[in-house]
Amino acid sequence: MNIYYTSTDHFVLLPAILLALFGCATLLFDFWVFPDPRQRRWLLLFLVLGEAFAGVAFWRQQDFLNTHGGELVAFNGVLTVDHYGLFFQWIFLATTVIVGLISYKYLEVREEHHGEYYGLLMLAQCGMFFLASGTELVTIFVGLETMAVTFYILVGFLRADKRSNEAALKYLLLGGLSSGFLAYGFSVLYGIAGSTKLRDISAAVAARDAWDPILLLAIATTAVGLLFKISAAPFHMWAPDAYEGAPTSITAFLAVGSKAASFALLMRLFFGPLSPARESWVPLMIAAAILSMIIGNFAAVTQTNTKRLLAYSGINHAGYILLGLIAGNPTGLKGMLVYLLIYTFMTLGAFLVLTVLTRKGLAGEDINDLNGLMQRAPGYAIWMLIFLVSLAGIPPTGGFFGKYFIFLALLETGHTTLAIIAALFVAVSVYYYFRMIKAIFVQKEEQETPPLATSLGVRLALGVTGVLTLLIGVYPEPFLRLAQMSISR
Amino acid sequence: MNDHLLSVILFTPLAGLLVLMFIPGRQKTLVRLWANISAAAGLLVSIPMIVQFNRNAEGYQFMERVDWIPSLGVQYLVGVDGISVLMVMLTTIMGFLAIFSSWDSVKEREKEYYAMFLLQQTGMIGVFISLDFLLFYIFWEMVLVPMYFIIGVWGGPRKLYAAIKFFLYTLAGGVLMLLGILALYFQHNAQFGRYTFEIAELMKLNLPLGLQQWVFWSFFLGFAIKVPMFPFHTWLPDAHTEAPTAGSVILAAVLLKMGTYGFIRFSLPLLPGASADRTIVTVLAVLSIIGILYGALVSLMQQDWKKLVAYSSVSHLGFCTLGIFALNQAGITGSVIQQINHGISTGMLFLVVGVIYERRHTREIKEYGGLAHVMPNYAIVFAIAMLSSAGLPLLNGFVGEFTILQGAFDANKTWAAFAVLGVIFGAAYLLWLYQRTMLGEVTNEKNKGLPDLNWREWAVFVPLILWAVSIGVYPKPYFDILEKPVAQIVRRVHQTPSAVAAVPVKAEAVTR
Repeated sequence: MNIYYTSTDHFVLLPAILLALFGCATLLFDFWVFPDPRQRRWLLLFLVLGEAFAGVAFWRQQDFLNTHGGELVAFNGVLTVDHYGLFFQWIFLATTVIVGLISYKYLEVREEHHGEYYGLLMLAQCGMFFLASGTELVTIFVGLETMAVTFYILVGFLRADKRSNEAALKYLLLGGLSSGFLAYGFSVLYGIAGSTKLRDISAAVAARDAWDPILLLAIATTAVGLLFKISAAPFHMWAPDAYEGAPTSITAFLAVGSKAASFALLMRLFFGPLSPARESWVPLMIAAAILSMIIGNFAAVTQTNTKRLLAYSGINHAGYILLGLIAGNPTGLKGMLVYLLIYTFMTLGAFLVLTVLTRKGLAGEDINDLNGLMQRAPGYAIWMLIFLVSLAGIPPTGGFFGKYFIFLALLETGHTTLAIIAALFVAVSVYYYFRMIKAIFVQKEEQETPPLATSLGVRLALGVTGVLTLLIGVYPEPFLRLAQMSISR
Repeated sequence: MNDHLLSVILFTPLAGLLVLMFIPGRQKTLVRLWANISAAAGLLVSIPMIVQFNRNAEGYQFMERVDWIPSLGVQYLVGVDGISVLMVMLTTIMGFLAIFSSWDSVKEREKEYYAMFLLQQTGMIGVFISLDFLLFYIFWEMVLVPMYFIIGVWGGPRKLYAAIKFFLYTLAGGVLMLLGILALYFQHNAQFGRYTFEIAELMKLNLPLGLQQWVFWSFFLGFAIKVPMFPFHTWLPDAHTEAPTAGSVILAAVLLKMGTYGFIRFSLPLLPGASADRTIVTVLAVLSIIGILYGALVSLMQQDWKKLVAYSSVSHLGFCTLGIFALNQAGITGSVIQQINHGISTGMLFLVVGVIYERRHTREIKEYGGLAHVMPNYAIVFAIAMLSSAGLPLLNGFVGEFTILQGAFDANKTWAAFAVLGVIFGAAYLLWLYQRTMLGEVTNEKNKGLPDLNWREWAVFVPLILWAVSIGVYPKPYFDILEKPVAQIVRRVHQTPSAVAAVPVKAEAVTR
């Protein structure tokens, strides 16, 4: 087989090249060009610039697909650009920019402002690129590890904070374990198909019985590895600790970027090559989804740390999104995409509000730190209300439409009992989201507190996440079209 | 304006809210004034609707249709028939009075308070005019958040408990109802190849009885919790008692009616087979009767004035649901009229409690006694409110209860017999309450110097009293306006399930 490097390959890989280049350049710039700490804002601008370049590259790919249709296969089937992958690339891009914007002030307050942070954000996004667009197991795995390794560093970024160190170590150990599972699953898939390309694996899996023991082994280990990454129960143990210890901006990145990227891969595998063996893995997914809803919801009820609370709520949301996979029909797939899209903005928004509560010597993570926010900063309070109401899935916010599709997909495929369970857990989740709302609006501030840690970037990010959370709820049509386009082949 | 009359009615409070947000919270008088102006404007724009409404026409009027989310088949589709016209009027009138009555009684965080009322106003009107099921659902849920805050921020001592209980109960019911809605939506696609939430389209579905029953129970949970029917009523005494006066008024007068309205607008016409099913009708009638009697008996033994009024709502709403599930013209007409009546009378009763609470800051019945000597005007107003609630002839309550009983009697004589007991108990707890608080000597020193009604309180009560008397003396307009829509529902329910689906709704109107 001859290996050619074609212009298509270049076209497809360009965004990742740009991200890697800008990411590495940021690391160097931090030493050479902007050694003065006060100049770090240029690094943030540099990140935005890099994202803009990557955005143009993605846009050209999008444009190509819109005019020519179909998909772009590069490197002889190693990378594929399709609407599905691009949908996620846009999510990753938005997430990285928003996380960058909210990090600046937060890191300054925590006195851990270092230039490599922005570089690592872009490198993580570079890894995510391969998770959403990779169609070859080794490439996917390398992408996954690129993302994971940068996250291990970022979670432990608060060097002086013991919790941050502990979180990084826990995340590293459990993350390494899950990667091991995934690598094992991938190797068995390779053994079955004799190829690492997804299109070959598709054919090999389809040729086998769904209950073939080797295939079962491959599916089970792959699923366990991915369930770890999306923090679904019972593989969720790392999430609350990692979320709590990580810098809040990175918690947001972890909760949104890492989860969305892992879902992108999970969906590509399980709606793709592994779908012929549906009957063997659906029970596993049902168990994971139900457990996630149970553990996520009931554990969140008792939390007093807001980051842990949102970690458990994230586990719960992972359970809901998995329900779309269980339904397995186009509505379910569309629902997962819509859910992830809205989840991105509402979760980023909620964590954003938590970052502005951070002050010197005070993490601002206790639920009581939200007390009286309505009096202190009505703007932030009202947006936070919208994020929390959306997380609870109450219309007219975007979160409702995520749940809407999940319920619809379950009913369409006859999973009535699951739909009822999922519906009842909405009521449970309202209870803990409203504990935060209660603190913000009803409780009085206990003592005089210094002003919030905001900046222009934070306000900008708040505006974007808030308006989108509301807009998807009030006028979801364009977003639904986008999701519809992403699942059409 | 007439092309968009309903949109104007719907969005006037919301527009008022948007302006209110730009008024600084320190300007308390301006905030109050603007909130009152917005609510009054909301009332004024709803008047053309009732004036121009053609009561002899079948079907919906003032319809507006805009494709909202085409890829889901969701439309912004609004329209009113006789039932919704009355509900919208009830909402705009009670909404204005509730806001007006808060002028003196709310002294902190006024801006947020009025913002919540205006937001809620839009949500409630939306519920009553939506003809698209998803639109309805969105408004239905939208109402919860402002009410949570109204109870949770400005409520009594146990406000937080009451607020979250209210929220969780109604939300759980609502989400289960959503599953039922989605089941119909999915069925419509399966049968007609098109996704839509339009009520008129969903009525064309040919559903097997089993599925109808399934969907009926899911709707039932949503609506019955809201009404609330026994045994889902436990959120109500807490919420009504802890809410601020205006909140209780809106809760009782309008919010509960969303549940009964839901039964009439959605359960009966969409699921005629299940609604006429013997078991289901019996279960609902029995639950209604238990609600009537249980609510009345519990009211009898309350020590707390406001809680007594709250439990009386359980009893009165039991009449409303009993009327609906008599499934005949008299029963449903009576039910709608009784819903209006309950809004007026119980609204007044809550305002009456609010007046005395503001002066004495206690709701214990034994703290009072002989108030008629100190506050004669107040005693008169209370007497009228109480008698209208108890169903004295020539006042509004009588018309509704009588018609419901008539319908219930036609349907099943035993039901009527038990329901009549409820009327008697109703008179008992109300008269006893009146006797304990108003009559006799003034026993408590603290009550001696209480001021009587001021002009603002008069201004709230007078329109309500006039309204109550007008319904009692001349209820004909209400029967007229309800005749056509109720007849249509009754016809639909009494056709056999298979025939119902075969005859599209429009054809049905032509053959008459």
